[in-house]
Amino acid sequence: MAQVTLRKVSKSYDQHVQAVKGIDLDIADEEFVVLVGPSGCGKTTTLRMIAGLEEITGGEITIAGEVVNDIPPRDRDIAMVFQNYALYPHMTVFDNMAFGLKLRKFAKDEIRRRVDEAARILDIGELLARKPKALSGGQRQRVAMGRAIVRHPKVFLFDEPLSNLDAKLRVQMRTEIKKVHQTVRTTTVYVTHDQVEAMTLADRVVVMNRGVIEQVGPPQELYHSPATRFVAGFIGSPAMNFIPCRIQGRGNELALRLADNLSFPLPPERTQRYGAYTDREMLLGLRPEHLTELKDQARPNMVRLDSRLDVTEPMGMEILVHFRINGTAVCGRVDPSVRAIAGETLPMSADLNHMHLIDPETDRVL
Amino acid sequence: MADGTTTVSAPALRGFAPPARRSSLRRFAQRRSTVAVLMCLPLICLIAGLVVYPFFYSIWLSLLNRAMTRFIALFNYRYLLRSDTFQLVIFQSCFFAITAVFFKALIGFILAHVMHNISGKDQKLWRGVLLVPWVIPPALSTLGWWWMISGDYSAINWLLEQVGMHPVAWLASTWWARIWVVAVNVWYGTPFFMIMYLATLKSVPDQLYEAAAIDGATWLQKIRYISLPMLRNIISITVLFSLIVTFANFDIVENLTAGAPANTTHVFATYAFQLGIQSGNIPLGAAVSLFIFPILAIFSIFILRGVGRRAQEGI
Repeated sequence: MAQVTLRKVSKSYDQHVQAVKGIDLDIADEEFVVLVGPSGCGKTTTLRMIAGLEEITGGEITIAGEVVNDIPPRDRDIAMVFQNYALYPHMTVFDNMAFGLKLRKFAKDEIRRRVDEAARILDIGELLARKPKALSGGQRQRVAMGRAIVRHPKVFLFDEPLSNLDAKLRVQMRTEIKKVHQTVRTTTVYVTHDQVEAMTLADRVVVMNRGVIEQVGPPQELYHSPATRFVAGFIGSPAMNFIPCRIQGRGNELALRLADNLSFPLPPERTQRYGAYTDREMLLGLRPEHLTELKDQARPNMVRLDSRLDVTEPMGMEILVHFRINGTAVCGRVDPSVRAIAGETLPMSADLNHMHLIDPETDRVL
Repeated sequence: MADGTTTVSAPALRGFAPPARRSSLRRFAQRRSTVAVLMCLPLICLIAGLVVYPFFYSIWLSLLNRAMTRFIALFNYRYLLRSDTFQLVIFQSCFFAITAVFFKALIGFILAHVMHNISGKDQKLWRGVLLVPWVIPPALSTLGWWWMISGDYSAINWLLEQVGMHPVAWLASTWWARIWVVAVNVWYGTPFFMIMYLATLKSVPDQLYEAAAIDGATWLQKIRYISLPMLRNIISITVLFSLIVTFANFDIVENLTAGAPANTTHVFATYAFQLGIQSGNIPLGAAVSLFIFPILAIFSIFILRGVGRRAQEGI
């Protein structure tokens, strides 16, 4: 049983730079939590504070109920996989994996048993006698994971473990990591800047930005109901479109006005939510998949929006189309059967059932 | 075909082959290795003149009699090996070189780790300060040490008297004198080891230490399992080079004790100097200096073999 809790944890360097600004986070036992955010958002610093490699400036971190602020890494019973693997170059794969157990004075046959078990899970049995130099990137990655697994620690920490791999291997290892977690079921904190990795791996995603947590939630929740403009823009690829707009009207008759001659009625179930924001500069958030070609069957709250396409990007299963709405560049997704040609006008539709309205003053999604 | 052989052989394929000898001569002259050898030739001549010739000349000298008039084969060597003084010199040379190199490496290793853990500007300052012994000409710094330890009015004896102890005649007692020549050599040579180990430590990724910390290593275990293996090659190489230089050391011993008391602190170089130059027996002096050669050859073979093996493994 190993919950990890962070209470008002902060980290500053030289009293000036504040990397982490007092974050609270509860990680349940056996949970897979991914910290995601752009470079410099404090996610790696947070992970290193949990590991004990970075001192905590303020706040409190507990692992399995025990405050670990002043406990050195070796006594925290955690295992970490580093971005560049950090395998000991002078040791064989076996010794690399056995090192932590040897230091903890495990019996020889217990070490053997655990390393063999981890090697079987990771399919690296035939590499045990090799030195790290003779391994490929993917194999090194597996060994680094093996080194973590054999310890049976309370918590696994991953620091951008896939960013040194090529795209294809990254997808493969992503699946491996998920499989390992399903087998070994250990509380895991995983740091990445890649939102796809975050979405695919996590039980819960923690989106960080400028040293604070923007939102915590399961991947689908983050995708469908982002709390802030940052989360809305960060999660999802291609990113959400943000279009300046105004809400006009009274009572249940509200309209979304994008331009002088471009105004749509708001979905009735949303009028109450948005009623307080009439006649102000707002932002409409709309994902590319909700800007599609005009379908034959009209559905409620699908509004027509004819557009001259600037650029088209055929992706195979879809075509990404770039066009402008009242001067704002946006991206939409259309079916590959549609004749989408740059420079020509395509009848498009916007699905206001999935719209988000953002208050630019607070950057919160309403 | 960067060496230009293609261009030369192309006409030959077309049927009008130029005279074979001229072509091969030209090919030889155009080859990169030929050019490289030619450009290195001045240096090769210099080394031949200053190293190879004196080496063989000293071998020849060591086979002559004192007046250098008669060939006496290995008589000088036989004489030396039977001489009690020379046996002392062999002992002292080995004692001097091995203890000095051991402590230089040990203290250098410790200092490098201390330096490595000092951050930023402070490290630069301390590094500079600690390099000072190494940049002062050893003949001068040895003189400084001599002032501090020799005679009744030396600084160290004064300090001893301040704390109520009796002054010691440091350089008049065999073992104190032996310890002092080693100590001064360690003082002079440690910065070199420190800077070499520090440079190598900086190239060891921090994450190895972090991984070890998480794996459960104490600081001592980090040194044993990370630092030592990662520094093994540089330790071998520095120890070998320092052994060579320390075995051949002249200025520190000559300036501090000049072999006294009773020839007990002589090393090969100072003894060769005394016999060859000061006493005028050049063949015997040459024979003494040549004794260093086989000893160092054996050390080199052992140490370089390990370095070569590890370099192949890429550590």
